Amino acid sequence: MLKVMILLIAVILIVAIGWWFFGHHQEKAMTARLNNNGQDQKVRIEVNGGYSPSTIVLKKGVPAELDFYRKDPSSCLERVVFPEQGINEQLPQNQLHQIEFDTSQAGEYEFACGMNMFHGKVIVK
Amino acid sequence: MSIKKRFWLALLLSLPMLYDMLAMLLAWPMLPNGDWIALVLTTLIMLISGRAFIQSAWAAFLHHHANMDTLVAVGTLTAYLYSIGALMHHQGVFFESAAYIIVFVLLGQYLEDKMRTQASQATTKLLELQARQATVIRNGQTSEIPIEEVEIGDRLLTRPGEKIATDGRIVKGHSTVNESMITGESMPIEKQAGDLVIGGTLNQTGILEYTAEKVGKDTMLAQIVEIVRHAQSSHAPIQKMADRIADVFVPIVLMIAIAVFAIWNVFLDATLTRSLTFAVSTIVIACPCALGIATPTALMVGTGRAAKMGILIKNGEVLETASHIKNIAFDKTGTLTQGQPVVTDVIGDPKQVLTLAAALESLSEHPLADAIVKAAQKQAIALPDVTEFLNRAGQGVTGQINGHQVFVGKPQLASQPLDKEWQDQIERLQEVGKTTAAVGQDGLIIGLIAIQDAPKPFAKPVIARLKQQGMHTVMITGDNKRAAKAVAKQVGIDEVIAEVMPGDKAQQVKKLQQSGVTAFVGDGINDAPALAVADVGIAMGSGTDVAIETGGIVLVKNSLKDVVKALVIAKKTFARIKLNLFWALIYNLIGIPIAAGVFAHWGLVLSPALAGLAMAFSSASVVASSLMLNAAKIDD
Repeated sequence: MLKVMILLIAVILIVAIGWWFFGHHQEKAMTARLNNNGQDQKVRIEVNGGYSPSTIVLKKGVPAELDFYRKDPSSCLERVVFPEQGINEQLPQNQLHQIEFDTSQAGEYEFACGMNMFHGKVIVK
Repeated sequence: MSIKKRFWLALLLSLPMLYDMLAMLLAWPMLPNGDWIALVLTTLIMLISGRAFIQSAWAAFLHHHANMDTLVAVGTLTAYLYSIGALMHHQGVFFESAAYIIVFVLLGQYLEDKMRTQASQATTKLLELQARQATVIRNGQTSEIPIEEVEIGDRLLTRPGEKIATDGRIVKGHSTVNESMITGESMPIEKQAGDLVIGGTLNQTGILEYTAEKVGKDTMLAQIVEIVRHAQSSHAPIQKMADRIADVFVPIVLMIAIAVFAIWNVFLDATLTRSLTFAVSTIVIACPCALGIATPTALMVGTGRAAKMGILIKNGEVLETASHIKNIAFDKTGTLTQGQPVVTDVIGDPKQVLTLAAALESLSEHPLADAIVKAAQKQAIALPDVTEFLNRAGQGVTGQINGHQVFVGKPQLASQPLDKEWQDQIERLQEVGKTTAAVGQDGLIIGLIAIQDAPKPFAKPVIARLKQQGMHTVMITGDNKRAAKAVAKQVGIDEVIAEVMPGDKAQQVKKLQQSGVTAFVGDGINDAPALAVADVGIAMGSGTDVAIETGGIVLVKNSLKDVVKALVIAKKTFARIKLNLFWALIYNLIGIPIAAGVFAHWGLVLSPALAGLAMAFSSASVVASSLMLNAAKIDD
């Protein structure tokens, strides 16, 4: 009887893991807020077990600043890399780190942590 | 708390447990109440050194993410919580597993961190080349100003032993400059008024005055740093596969671990402790870290090393493509050849022929005229006056010198038909790719001048090396077939595509691409479309900004030898990436079954602590393997 219970729990756990990690859990994209009568735009990204928001929409042609705030103590998330822009910067823990983002070209730009495990996306349009 | 501190603390706290483990094996006296001591020490380790893993694993879990922290957190928590339960029920515990997993994982991260800093030194070192101060001359006075305040057009001064502050052109002075840090050229270069200097290079022997032509982001050094930085944060396409695996890896490992536990406990009747040990080992050994850092670390070291030699590789994709090149096409003028025609033969009375020709040509604007005038200057020939100068388009030039009618150009300018002897001479010279001009006086030909754009010194061995490596070598040129073929023969090129209009070079590269991956080596603005179309565009020389923009690989020095070097580095770096990925994958493929107890029947098992050690060293060894690229032999 105990064995049947163990087996049942194991199967339930496996299914639960599969649903939790592989199921579709879409996060909403966040549009940057325009400041100074549309002169610049800013978005704050919290880094804690991933990037929230992980999809950021920027307006084309308006100078943008991405403010990364890393709460996560893991060394996994200590760098943020934008491969297309050549940005590879260290994020100090519990401090705001500003990265200027070039919005002159519309498109979708991915970013990731130093080991390419956590992903985010900047959409310029 | 830093990784270093967390590691040392965990190691210190875990030493009593290490003693107990050894004592059990070697029959030494055991610690009294060992299990309780282990509980206290492990609790401290979990709280101080291990808390960060659990925190980030939880934060990631809430985002539906799982990473290596998840594996460490789940692995240690399982071992720790189970052991507390077992202690209450007076059963076997394995606190030390939780403790040692944390010790070893932190050790791995600590080593990895140290080596990664080492790997990323290339850009830091390049940035250090930048001069901090400049000596500026204003109103006849010299003063030191910070480099940021230098403006275009400023008159600057550098003394022997000082760095050149920024890119500029020499106005006054004579000196030798060591440019090795930027171009990789080991010999010092002589510089005088009119020559260009590069910011960050070292002035050696004399005082130089120069005007700043580029400052800040536009300097060559700043551009190089930018390119290297881009390259180091780029991804090679081969990495995509590893990324896809890493994405799904952790949850799948968790599922496998639960299955391992259930199979051992339910179907194979193993004890709870034994089943859990297998499950925990499985979780701990399967770290996707090594997969994640296999490409970036190798890219960093490879592109950094190349940059030091004056070879800029733009990104991981170029590097990967460059290791499968089948065709390599060269622009002729300026790339395979010197780019400047020179007089190679003078037939007839050398002094008389050269004097008359140079006197006429000094009034002409034809590109070949310059070569003739220079040849005369070299021999210090004084040029007589020319009257009635006439430029006959497509034919040559004519004029009066000392009362004689003189011409330089096509033999048809003579009043009589060409005789056999001159005809043979002309044909002989044209056969070897030389352009010939006839020189005549009073309607009669008195001599010939042969002009050629000679191949660069290392063109022949470089082409031989490329052919040796199995590449099909091609020359694409706008020149006529005969001249092109002659140069091709001299340097040993396989195929010649001649008489190509400048705009059609890209078209020809496209044609070559049908038979395989094609590289194009060129230097000028007119090569830009071909450089962009080619799978790998190799831009030669510090030349034009356009070439730097479009080339996938930029050779700072104008040396053909660097083409071979660049391809060797690309190949070696890519091979290292493949090797790293292979080991990272193989390691998991072998490690997971062992940890899961598949070979337990034959006595091959892996304790969770050993699994932690193996995991730590898999990532550290990948970084070490990448660093070995620094020592790889690159010969020219």
